[in-house]
Amino acid sequence: MKKRHIYLDYAATCPVDPRVVKAMQPYFFAKAGNNMSLHSDGQRANEAIEEARRKILKAIGGKNGKLVFTGSATESNNLAIFGLAFANKEKKQIIVSAIEHDCVLNSAKSLEKAGYKLDFLEVDKKGRVKLDQLAKMIGKETLMVSVMQANNEMGTIQDISKIGEICKKAGVYFHSDAAQSFGREPIDVEKMGVDLLTLSSHKIYGPKGVAGLWMRQGVEVEPIIYGGGQEGGLRSGTMNTAAIVGWGAATEIAIKEMKRENKRLLRLREKLITGILKNISGTELNGDRNKRLANNVNISFRGIEGESLLLELDDYGVMVSTGSACSSASLAPSHVLMAMGAGEERAHGSIRFSLGRWTKSEEIDYLLKILPKAVARLRRVSVL
Amino acid sequence: MNYSKKVMRHFRKPHNVGKIKDASGVGEVGNLVCGDMMKLYIKVKDEVLTDVKFETYGCAAAIATSSVITDLVKGKKIAKVLKMSNKDIIEELGGLPPIKIHCSLLSVEALMEALWNYHKKEGKKVPKELEKRHEMIAKVRQV
Repeated sequence: MKKRHIYLDYAATCPVDPRVVKAMQPYFFAKAGNNMSLHSDGQRANEAIEEARRKILKAIGGKNGKLVFTGSATESNNLAIFGLAFANKEKKQIIVSAIEHDCVLNSAKSLEKAGYKLDFLEVDKKGRVKLDQLAKMIGKETLMVSVMQANNEMGTIQDISKIGEICKKAGVYFHSDAAQSFGREPIDVEKMGVDLLTLSSHKIYGPKGVAGLWMRQGVEVEPIIYGGGQEGGLRSGTMNTAAIVGWGAATEIAIKEMKRENKRLLRLREKLITGILKNISGTELNGDRNKRLANNVNISFRGIEGESLLLELDDYGVMVSTGSACSSASLAPSHVLMAMGAGEERAHGSIRFSLGRWTKSEEIDYLLKILPKAVARLRRVSVL
Repeated sequence: MNYSKKVMRHFRKPHNVGKIKDASGVGEVGNLVCGDMMKLYIKVKDEVLTDVKFETYGCAAAIATSSVITDLVKGKKIAKVLKMSNKDIIEELGGLPPIKIHCSLLSVEALMEALWNYHKKEGKKVPKELEKRHEMIAKVRQV
């Protein structure tokens, strides 16, 4: 029997859509100019970049601000946090949610070491930030609040516009990391009331190595990378024209297909969640069932450590991840599930299945068929 | 991070999984905070480990190190087994990723605890080295 290959790790990264590859192709050879060059080739590259920028700005309703292209969502989040801090030195308190991605947490912790006051906004057991706590935390010293739109591990979607309101009233900058939600959930920076927004390409079938930070007009940030002054001096370095063009194309496709695709993914997601909870004992869904990305399923399996199940499923040809793919470099249980009060066993035993554009219904059927066997095999070995 | 072929072999088909009902000694180490827990059962006859079984909750390395240690000590004399270190485990597995080295330590600790438990149960004098290791393991557990 031919070994199956089922990719269910779209939240880690996505394959590049062939339509995107096609759009990028000319910019590797035929149109390879540097957009900073004054000659025709340079200008042509520049136009392509500006066209992509317009597409992305349109997708978020971002005309009252600018989009800076960066190399990764991690860089965008670093730029948002350090950039704001360096440009606004009079305020010294930063508030971030406890379930932010490591790139936000570790940037904020770095500022804490430099003397900033860092406060973590708690979440409830479904992973929703405690809004009443936020209002109490904000004070005269508060520089910024950073809360992600949707969580990368368990997919919970926050009420961003409510947070935006609170921040606006208090006069503090509001940054949101939308790396997981851009192109998957509707985004309107005006309705959300964000001042800075992090966006990513490779989570929506665009190429890796390109991302962006949107900034509302009037928001001052200092660059964290210096050089030849690209992107209005905010992000020096030769621009990755092909990747930017690809991201623009990926954005257009994602926005156009979002509604229909989400409907399809939602059906698959619910089928998978229901199937697991019904057929496998000792399983729990992590995160909010409803306010959740349409492609995210995060389940804890009692008595099993996540990595074992990941590798066991890999033997069946199914690619998944434990909490966040990045954390395989550390042994600590998921900080996201711990912040939700899940406890160690549940946090260690969590698996994220993230669905995407090429996930088929029969792949979910196959997974539901083999999963009980994989779980039973590991539970036989387990001491718990 | 990558596992050696041998780690994956032991993870996929671990040897000596299960309990020994009338075990001569049982060792249990690890905790949920670190995400690894091992229970090792030994059967001793004439100072020889005639049977060894394990149950482990943990990552692939935790399962593989448990499995391989049962292979390494089964049929061996206690005096020889007492000299084992985690280096023997790592070597036998063809290496472990640096962040998984602690799994090899944990499996040796489980074995030592089982041996300590055996000495206590039988009313035998616990060898000095073994007593020292037991005290260290107990101390770590309290933290």
